[in-house]
Amino acid sequence: MENFEYANPTTVKEALSLLTAGAEVLAGGTDLLSLMKDDVHKPKRLVNIKNIKALGGIAKTGGNIRIGATVTLDELASNQLIRAAYPSLVQAALGVTSPQIRNMGTVGGDLCQRPRCWYFRSGNGLLNKSLVENGENKYHAIFGSGSAHFVSASSLGPALVALGATVKIAGADGKTKDVPAGQFFKAPAAEGEREIVLASNEIVTEILVPAPPTKNATYEVRHKQALDWPLATASVALRMAGTKVTSASITLGHVGPAPVRATEAEKMLVGQTITADSAEKAGAAAVAGAQPLSQNAYKVQLAKVAVKRALLTAAGVKAV
Amino acid sequence: MADYKWPPMDKRRVMGKRIARLDGPMKSSGRAKYPSDMNRSDLLFGALLTSPHAHAKVTGIDLAAAKAIKGVTAIRVISGPGTEIQWAGTEVAAVSAVTEEIARDAVKAIKVTYEVLPHLVKEDNLAKVGARAKAAGEQVTGDPDKAFAEAEAKTAGDYGIPVITHCCLEPHGSVVAWGKDKIDFWPSTQAVSTVGGDLAKMLELPATQVHVDCQYMGGGFGAKFPADRWGAEAARLSKESGGRPVKMFLDRATELTIAGVRPSHFAKIKVAGKKDGTITGWQSESWATGGIGGGGMAPLPYVFTNIPNRRMNHTQVSLNTGPARAWRAPNHPQASFLTCAAITDFADAIKMDPYEVFFKNAAVSARPETYRKQLAKAAELIDWKKKYTHGAQKTGTLRRGLGIGIATWGGAGHASKCKITIHPDGTVEVELGSQDIGTATRTCITQVAAETLGLPMSGVKVKLGDNSYPPSGPSGGSTTIGGVSSSTRKAAVNALEKLFEKVAPSLGVTPDQLEADDSRVVVKGNPAKAMSWKQACQKMGPTPISEMGENEPRTAAREGLNTQGASGIQMAEVEVDIETGVVRIIEVVAVQDCGLVVNPKTAESQVAGAMIMSVCSALMEERITDQTTGRVLNADMEFYKLAGLPDVGKLTVHMDITPEHDARGIIGLGEPCAIGGIAAIANAAANALGVRVPMVPLTPERVLAALANRRNA
Repeated sequence: MENFEYANPTTVKEALSLLTAGAEVLAGGTDLLSLMKDDVHKPKRLVNIKNIKALGGIAKTGGNIRIGATVTLDELASNQLIRAAYPSLVQAALGVTSPQIRNMGTVGGDLCQRPRCWYFRSGNGLLNKSLVENGENKYHAIFGSGSAHFVSASSLGPALVALGATVKIAGADGKTKDVPAGQFFKAPAAEGEREIVLASNEIVTEILVPAPPTKNATYEVRHKQALDWPLATASVALRMAGTKVTSASITLGHVGPAPVRATEAEKMLVGQTITADSAEKAGAAAVAGAQPLSQNAYKVQLAKVAVKRALLTAAGVKAV
Repeated sequence: MADYKWPPMDKRRVMGKRIARLDGPMKSSGRAKYPSDMNRSDLLFGALLTSPHAHAKVTGIDLAAAKAIKGVTAIRVISGPGTEIQWAGTEVAAVSAVTEEIARDAVKAIKVTYEVLPHLVKEDNLAKVGARAKAAGEQVTGDPDKAFAEAEAKTAGDYGIPVITHCCLEPHGSVVAWGKDKIDFWPSTQAVSTVGGDLAKMLELPATQVHVDCQYMGGGFGAKFPADRWGAEAARLSKESGGRPVKMFLDRATELTIAGVRPSHFAKIKVAGKKDGTITGWQSESWATGGIGGGGMAPLPYVFTNIPNRRMNHTQVSLNTGPARAWRAPNHPQASFLTCAAITDFADAIKMDPYEVFFKNAAVSARPETYRKQLAKAAELIDWKKKYTHGAQKTGTLRRGLGIGIATWGGAGHASKCKITIHPDGTVEVELGSQDIGTATRTCITQVAAETLGLPMSGVKVKLGDNSYPPSGPSGGSTTIGGVSSSTRKAAVNALEKLFEKVAPSLGVTPDQLEADDSRVVVKGNPAKAMSWKQACQKMGPTPISEMGENEPRTAAREGLNTQGASGIQMAEVEVDIETGVVRIIEVVAVQDCGLVVNPKTAESQVAGAMIMSVCSALMEERITDQTTGRVLNADMEFYKLAGLPDVGKLTVHMDITPEHDARGIIGLGEPCAIGGIAAIANAAANALGVRVPMVPLTPERVLAALANRRNA
């Protein structure tokens, strides 16, 4: 770890003014500190945002639920507004099966955390195509994009994308912008670029989740029952008329550099009842475009099953 | 000659009782100070620079920038120019500094140039290792060709178990202070009485100059016997820093890369036999690696050693990876997995319950009756007869299965000396240069001394962890409990004899008419004629009684205090999600003998710990190397996966305590219980799936691949 300066602002404005070149935002620190210890990130200044009151809290605002960026995963998973309407988010947060990480890790941090690719973490860069393709890629992407074979590490991202959430960003010029969760993540085109649209002098301030669809759920496939990164997840949000689906939103997690929207599967389900059969077919459609690497074809099956089980869970049908 | 033999089972007051670990509260509250907890005000911090290359020649080292950093007290070159490095993580230089941060900054400031050489870090495919393979020769017994030609049934299977590490909770390391007359050495060690000599030898000093102190240590599993290069370098850094103590512990990545591994083992195995389950032939072609020096060679066929017709070929593979060290029952978990998997597959092929096949073929083991009794007990505990169905009959998404693993181990007591001092005030000290590596050795020694002296546990103070105490062997090979219990018993009997000599005249009897019981010295057969322990001790005058006891392995068996030969059976029930390939433990049952059991409670705890290690190894634990970079990719606690509580399932431990086993004396336990679990879990998964997953750990990708292969077959 390199030496750094530590700043402790109490307002977003002050925080933004401190985010000069080489500075980074510190929230829960569950990812950033390990990146610093491994010399993957070498910030010159850490700007702690946990003391900014405006970034906390979960509340109803109009038709939306507003989730502050520094809300912890534990606060999210135990909040009554969230529990009542967004099981998808609760299940995604509880997928992080460490109470310590849930107590420290924040919603904003979950979205902004760096990929876990072991080549990236050992200092070989994020877009090291040939290392990944010729090496150990069992945890990598089956929906890669160009040189990006890493997977987005965000647990909440796929659920927020499926729910149609918006990420609010404050920029250095004092202006804020709203980015749909589905556009927040991206595959970088060049080494050094981030895998999210957030610029280094910007801060995620809050997440706005629209009024809940009728049904939603997240299903995560993990190797271990205890703390472990997901091998594949699926988050679904369904609008229903009686037992029929009127619109579906399906997002896969941990299979690509960004959460992957399964648009074909979404279309297929409109007008359908969720049954083991329709869920299975939607799962198959969701992974139809997968391009696995040498060691991760199994993730195609896992993503397919995750979609099926998320749909069945959302519909209240026994998934297993 | 004194009578040292153990009191009869039904007469023991302290031994054989379920006594909680004496230092449990110290450990669980954080008051127990491990070597890595040492934090003196004059402490310096050591850090290592290690090689990023798996195979390279060091061509130059520039220390100038590192030396210029304020707070650096010494820098040492370990692998100088010209040194050929054979694995990534090899120590190249060491630094000491006033803070850990400065030490790490200085390490980063050292510039090393390398000539990078070709490396090999993978051995799973023997066809790809080329000249790195070295045949160990063929062993043939009986007529395997004829046995296979005439067999009623034959099976063939491929099996593999990868390299894993020890992953000690407390990493390897020590604090060392190079004083004027002596070196103070606080290592995290399994070898209190020998590690000081090891350090002295590396430093070319007399062994008398090294004082070792290790009161607690956070796990070794066979990897913490030597002083190690980092221990010696810490000593030299201390010397070069004016004798200030240097704390040098490996970081987690280095711990997982160079501090020892368990060798892999792969095998193509063929089994021949009769339709009634009798195995008549065995052929195996196996290979393994444990690093640059090749690998361990698992004893095959395991336990079923007397299969009449056998042919074994083994190949050692040399890799540019961190070297092997003893890992809790060296070679046995691998051998048990390979053998029990092949036998289970044979049973499946002839549509027999593997329980019956194991039971029948126990005939070709060294201890048929013991294994049969243990198989029956384990089956009863896991309800095998009711639950077992053949793999082909399973249906549904979540499928359960049962499996068996088998174990054998020696476990005779090591050389050990014990000094017991009885003070005139009645207090008792027991001193051994031994160590408690987490197995409750301290508690068990206290039980033996208290039992023998007729005192409560609180009447005896046991001192370990210091090489100024009488020497005991390292804790390896499950030799400690037999060694230290026997030497303690003998020292206590000897001390008691001396006490009786002093006390006898006052009671008007001869010393041989006395016994110690319930904190009193009593005339045998006349309990009214007695005096309290305290009164008795006052009879000795001002000089304490101090006596030695020794366990000498060559004569121990004759004396009957400890012996060898432990057997164990483990059975597992697992549930496999056939859509995701995720395997979940429902229950693991262990039936384990270890002769006379000093403390059933801590023994069960030790078995449970071994079962958890087996769950890790069976389901998730694997060192993953990258052929391009030559590095270990998962040298962290994130992708070097170990079980958490929800992964463990139900553990049922049955200590096989019987008068017959008890009469054998004490046998070591640490290793035998760490052998059969992997086989049991892997076989249970094969039963659940109706197909063998050839390689452990049973990851989702391997389980799904095995299912896909079956569909395609």
